[in-house]
Amino acid sequence: MTTLTPSLTSSMIAILPELVILVTACTVLVADLYTRDDQKQSNHNLTIIGLLLALIAVGFVGGSVPTEAFSESFIRDPMSDLLKGAILIVSLLTFIYAKDYMRDREMWVGEYHVLLLFAVLGMLIMVSANGFLTLYLGLELLSLCLYALVAFDRDSKQGAEAAMKYFVLGALGSGMLLYGISMLYGASGGFAFADVAAAVASDGVNDKILVFGLVFALIGIAFKFGAVPFHMWLPDVYQGAPTPIVLFLSSAPKIAAFAMAARILIEALGGLQSDWGEILVILSVLSLALGNVVAIAQTNIKRMLAYSTISHVGFIFLGLLAGSEQGYASAMFYSVVYALMSAGAFGVLLMISSKGQDVQELDDLKGLSDRAPWLAAMMALMMFSMAGVPPMVGFVAKLLVLEAIIAQGMVWLAIVAVAFSIIGAFYYLRVVKMLYFDKPTTEVPVTTNASARVAITVNGAAILLLGMYPATLFTLCQQAFPG
Amino acid sequence: MGFEKFLFYVFAAITVVAAGMVVTRRNPVHAVLFLVLAFVSSAALWLLLEAEFLGIVLVLVYVGAVMVLFLFVVMMLDIDIAALRGQFIRYLPIGLLIALVMVVNLFLVLGPSNFGLELFAKPEAQPADYSNTVELGLQLYTTYLYPFEIAAVILLVAIVAAIRLTLRRRPETKYQDASKQVRVKKGPDRIRLVSMPALKEKSK
Repeated sequence: MTTLTPSLTSSMIAILPELVILVTACTVLVADLYTRDDQKQSNHNLTIIGLLLALIAVGFVGGSVPTEAFSESFIRDPMSDLLKGAILIVSLLTFIYAKDYMRDREMWVGEYHVLLLFAVLGMLIMVSANGFLTLYLGLELLSLCLYALVAFDRDSKQGAEAAMKYFVLGALGSGMLLYGISMLYGASGGFAFADVAAAVASDGVNDKILVFGLVFALIGIAFKFGAVPFHMWLPDVYQGAPTPIVLFLSSAPKIAAFAMAARILIEALGGLQSDWGEILVILSVLSLALGNVVAIAQTNIKRMLAYSTISHVGFIFLGLLAGSEQGYASAMFYSVVYALMSAGAFGVLLMISSKGQDVQELDDLKGLSDRAPWLAAMMALMMFSMAGVPPMVGFVAKLLVLEAIIAQGMVWLAIVAVAFSIIGAFYYLRVVKMLYFDKPTTEVPVTTNASARVAITVNGAAILLLGMYPATLFTLCQQAFPG
Repeated sequence: MGFEKFLFYVFAAITVVAAGMVVTRRNPVHAVLFLVLAFVSSAALWLLLEAEFLGIVLVLVYVGAVMVLFLFVVMMLDIDIAALRGQFIRYLPIGLLIALVMVVNLFLVLGPSNFGLELFAKPEAQPADYSNTVELGLQLYTTYLYPFEIAAVILLVAIVAAIRLTLRRRPETKYQDASKQVRVKKGPDRIRLVSMPALKEKSK
């Protein structure tokens, strides 16, 4: 029997960011009961303060030496520090962008803040999981909040349908993952990633069971990322869910999903790299092809961005399948950068949606530069970045991934990726054309609040500056995967 | 050993048959009852593995609480079985094909060649004074403290999410407010004294 008392204090310090988010969520849950309907601003303020405190806590407990806590269920290392920071920053942006939209539609209630905060908590737990059990629980915490948030607009039939699809397919994905985990547990006899890695390294353990478990775990990962052919839920959920929830769903959870993939594939099953590398090649080529081609045919901008997500997932997988430290770091860089771009693009959509009128169709963006020049510029910036136009950071992210796979001698994959990116550039640039060269279809003025304007400006500046000076972020990503 | 093995096969067969019945019964109430049977027989399998606590919890929580609730819901809903069956038949061939491939795969991987007794030795039987419940409790609150607390948070989220999605305040619904009823005073709240002159009904 292990005694916990001596190490409990140090364990509690290690999970300080998670504790801050948990306390904030519970505080909002209770404080919401004591505020009148016209004083809901306090929920928002509490949430923002909590997220900022958690960000400080991440910096406070961070460092280059990994620390384990709670009988090795939890690990804090350079990778978890960076990803937690990114998740918290993107979540802050979500809350700021979504404020006016949710308030206008009477969804700016306490439960919205509470569920989003618990989703953030789930992601933080996933990012610093040190074993399959913790990872799975974090994933379930995140997914449960997201299912409810997708159905958050109770009067929307589309929202309910999207939530139902997401729930059923998400449960199927979790089931697959769980089945894979049970195989890995059966073969290695332990939940910790280190136990599984030891089983992979030793000769005595049957590889067939491990590969069988790996396939199921990989299906679970692909489900959560939305990679082809496990992408069916993505466009419907993006279209049906309220836009702020889509903003959240498309940004921060991708970072958490990267952490899940990195922990399972690299830390636990790094020894089977040749096996999962081959499967990832198929997944990533299919995602790049389907995502970029089908996005062209979309008239709904949320569906278009859903297919764009699928194509970006293809790129993240490309980085992972390179199987080198450089490839892992480039995939990590890509997922963080993608979350920022996606948050910015949906942020603009939220800000130009007015009371009673959602921006859903591509045509709604026509002539935005006449109505709101600054927002149009920001949207154009995000689109250029997603298309991979220099000097935006999207270009650097793609370049780093391509560099990593060419270094591994997979030149044909790089050519495929570039070819589909060029096809994809068409629909991003079409949005830019609509923003600047088409006549506006409505004259409704765009009203935004100051904090959202500051946030979108910071977001845009980050896309531009990270593109020109990517070294700092990329060095941090490289530190997460020391050779 | 022989009798234990016999019991295992009996309960395993009951579980598989009951699970098959769950998906093939026309009447949803029958399906739920077969699910109960499947749970009870898997609880018996837990007992064979010397995991008494899990077996009992499975019966208490799933059979006793969850399935009874389920039964209530099924009885209250008007499910159109014919429509469901139409879909079922339509997707049956592809479903069977995938199931067949999966079963063959599972057999090849989980069969005795990979999980046989010579590869994974049979665990020793525990002594008579061994308590599964005590061991579980110790593990949960020491080694698995962190996952245990996360599970608690997940339950909290489930409550919040369920209430948010289903609770609607309808002003037109009539309901009793117990706290208001309790606070009624004997004086002016409940009885209002009205002074009015005496009336005498005229007889025709």
